[in-house]
Amino acid sequence: MLTRLRQPWSDRRAELTLGALACAVLLVIVLMVVFVANEAWPTFKHNGLSWLGPGGNVDEQINNMVNSGANAPAEDYHVRAWPLVWGTILTTGMAVVFGLIFSVLAAIFIVEFAPDRLRSVIVPVVRLLAAVPSVIYGLIGILVLVPFVGNHIINQGDKESVQFIVQLTGASLLVSVVILTIMIVPIMIAIIVDALYAVPRGWKEGAVALGVNRWRAMWTVSVRAARPAIIAASVLACARALGEAIMLSMVSGSVGFAPNPFDGPRLFLLEPLRPLASTIVEDSEALQTPAVRSMVYAFALLLLFSSLFLSLAGFLAKQPMKKYGVRI
Amino acid sequence: MAVTQHPRTLDDLPHGGFGVGTGGGQGGRSSGAAGRKRRRHESMSTWRWGDRIAYVLCWAAGLSLCLIAVAIVGYMAVKGVQYLKPELLWSHPSGEVDQSKSGGFLDPILGTILLTIIGIAIATPIAVAAAIWVVEYGRPAPLARAVESGIEVVAGTPDIVLAIFGLALFQHGLFGWMSFTAEGGAVFGRSFLTAGAMMSLIALPMVFGATREGLQSIPRHVREASYGLGKTKIATIRRVLLPAVRPNISTGAALGMGRIAGDTAIVVILLGATLRLESEGSIPGLDVLKGTGSTLTSYVYNNSPAGEGAAPEKAYAAAFVLLLLVVALNFAVDLIARRGAKTGLEGTRLGAGR
Amino acid sequence: MITEEQPPPIRKIVVDAPPTVAPAPPAGSNGHGHAYAGAASVARHGRGEAGVGGRELMALQALSVFYGDNEAVKKVSLSIRLGEVLALIGPSGCGKTTLLRTLNRLTELTPGASRGGTILLDGTDVDDLEVTTLRRRVSMVFQQPNPFPMSIFDNVAYALREQSRKKPGRGVVEPLVEDALRRAGLWDEVKDKLDAPALRLSGGQQQRLCIARAIATRPEVLLMDEPCSALDPRSTLVIEQLIGDLRKDLAIVIVTHNMQQARRVGDKVAFMYLGDLVEYGDAEQIFDAPQAQRTRDYVRGAFG
Repeated sequence: MLTRLRQPWSDRRAELTLGALACAVLLVIVLMVVFVANEAWPTFKHNGLSWLGPGGNVDEQINNMVNSGANAPAEDYHVRAWPLVWGTILTTGMAVVFGLIFSVLAAIFIVEFAPDRLRSVIVPVVRLLAAVPSVIYGLIGILVLVPFVGNHIINQGDKESVQFIVQLTGASLLVSVVILTIMIVPIMIAIIVDALYAVPRGWKEGAVALGVNRWRAMWTVSVRAARPAIIAASVLACARALGEAIMLSMVSGSVGFAPNPFDGPRLFLLEPLRPLASTIVEDSEALQTPAVRSMVYAFALLLLFSSLFLSLAGFLAKQPMKKYGVRI
Repeated sequence: MAVTQHPRTLDDLPHGGFGVGTGGGQGGRSSGAAGRKRRRHESMSTWRWGDRIAYVLCWAAGLSLCLIAVAIVGYMAVKGVQYLKPELLWSHPSGEVDQSKSGGFLDPILGTILLTIIGIAIATPIAVAAAIWVVEYGRPAPLARAVESGIEVVAGTPDIVLAIFGLALFQHGLFGWMSFTAEGGAVFGRSFLTAGAMMSLIALPMVFGATREGLQSIPRHVREASYGLGKTKIATIRRVLLPAVRPNISTGAALGMGRIAGDTAIVVILLGATLRLESEGSIPGLDVLKGTGSTLTSYVYNNSPAGEGAAPEKAYAAAFVLLLLVVALNFAVDLIARRGAKTGLEGTRLGAGR
Repeated sequence: MITEEQPPPIRKIVVDAPPTVAPAPPAGSNGHGHAYAGAASVARHGRGEAGVGGRELMALQALSVFYGDNEAVKKVSLSIRLGEVLALIGPSGCGKTTLLRTLNRLTELTPGASRGGTILLDGTDVDDLEVTTLRRRVSMVFQQPNPFPMSIFDNVAYALREQSRKKPGRGVVEPLVEDALRRAGLWDEVKDKLDAPALRLSGGQQQRLCIARAIATRPEVLLMDEPCSALDPRSTLVIEQLIGDLRKDLAIVIVTHNMQQARRVGDKVAFMYLGDLVEYGDAEQIFDAPQAQRTRDYVRGAFG
């Protein structure tokens, strides 16, 4: 009897305890959805789903909210956040597309073409870049790139052509996309390089033994086998880009303007914008005001569902590749 | 056309012929060395057009990657060395909004360290427990997969969303003990504890992933040997498996700490944005945790043109310190991984049998 | 050097026939009575042998392969002829796989590997050829079946599509794929499911698919690195029969650690030991009346 008391935990007890801790994570996710949705409800109540759509100057609307005070009447909840959504879509989409192309090429370079000494340098460099905090990217952006674009790329003619609508400083879509791409590339490269190295040697040897040159062997066999990893990397990068708040709030200009592709490519890239995540950070001081609070939480809910949706989409996209024996 | 050469029958040689054989081999080798062909590099003359362009693009991507890295790190180093004076490291920030005149960033440094410790202290036990449960137990199987997916979802959630969620959660009356609570019952929701709790969610996936990989790479026969000796599963975990994955846990923790140290969004929203560490309440120790403060990341943010401060020099200096901290943590990851590989399971005969 | 092509004899592989290792003949009774002398025997056995051996496709001249300073293959000279199956046998580590992989310059993928001596493909030095061209004329089948993670059709068509300047359309490629699959004896089993994933096939079928893939571009020489060692006896039988059929259009070099297989399948056998070519000759002669003592020991099973 004494020995039973002195024994360490039984397996059953241990299993339940560990399982409970593990499931705590699931609980956190559920809580997250519940709390955020709860706080976001007033915006939905007053705007329906059309708060996502266009209509009016979103900056003014936000200012109205900030000034509305504790007991805001219904019209103070009015918001049409399409410029913010469009800004998010633009930065995320462009960064992921450019980043993907760049990452695949760089990963192939690292695995196949790089001389050995260069390869042993690049791999720690990529890992280092992945670890650099986003504030530092933002700092370099705002203190170096934004003035550069503002002084050397934007000329007077550009400014005058849009002067009644928006002011062109250097903070623009161009700088945002460039820095965001640089931020997401290291993660993607790391994942894709790992996947390329994990391709079974038999496939690579088989392709080379059939007389295909190095590039084609790499492209048609290894990259093809690494497609699930490429998808996973893109999803990860997309989620990161979507949620990037601090760096973008420093370089995007924070103007609730929807850059217009029909302005021509040059002006389109030089226009400022304001992604959703940055808006959340910038308005975080005014969170006591109910109108602002519920709008901010609505944005957060949108971001949350977007990242959930992305994970699901990535998972589904990898399924058809399973049957060809490509490792998921 | 066969070329006549000296015969090489080994059975013509006496039994100790191996020595003679290799002597002859060496003679053959030296003459062979003279005839050894240099390895011909594959020329690209048979490559298709598109292949050649792709080759050039790959090189361009690789080289520009190096250039960008050098530019970023180099620029930060130059500016950091230019503006970092040692007294900045141990003097408190001045009280004014305009930081450019005086004051250092001791409080932000302390804030970073404190937050990192809280975050990783909360994350590690939960992550290790979850990893052990998923790998060693994992019943029912759909639940285990759900937990894994759940952790991936948390990993993919933007930190700003986690911060906002934390605010909503910790402003609930239930969590009034974690931060400043006004008389009317309104919970401030912003403190080191609340920020640390959310930071743990940032670090959780890293520690979980590293631990899970470590556990999965331990070969089955190690566990079977332990069960064969009559040990229960939990005892096996405690005495055999956990010590074996200690380097993995450390690697994951170091990665998590790096991410915590570099995170800004949670700090801006959940740490109360006071330049100095302001304690709250009267219990020593807990008062700092319940209080507010700043970290290197929020300091840099506030002193850049995007924040209120107008002190880019201080921002550069603080950013440089932050970068050094993150690089050191990453370097520690490498060190732990390398050392762990030697003294861990792979270094022993147990691991070599795989 | 050699006469016009003679049709090679048809070999029937009898699975459960009694073993036919003849006792060692008395010296001088079988006409090959001299003591073994390496390369000289190449010329002797190869010349004028009726019914076996067409024109010489590849010639190895004092070929040596080094991994760093270690000489894995020591000055081997051999001849590979059309219509003939050359079996390389020997204990592990004797260099037979290295020799095989050198024939299509696959050893160059290993860092630190270098080569001495000459390899001639149809009279041209292999170093003067573009490596990709060489590998199109000298194809290889590996020990572990390695079909690509694509459909069956795409696997066989892979080399065809990659080796042409402009990507050929499916209509152009389809008859070639069917021909290759027929020659590999796989057509009947897969003709309904050409677009199914190749990895769903059984081990033996995968290996035949790899053979089909290798012969789709009509190479001159087919190298096989222990192709049956990962397969069950039924699949092994099928592939051995296949080798007998394929022999008509190509030269085949097969590395095997299984002496019985070398005997069943090989026309000529080369026995290697620790990098040296110890003996080379007809299959019957090597197994029934080996010249060198070491060959005798190996064939008898004294070591291995």
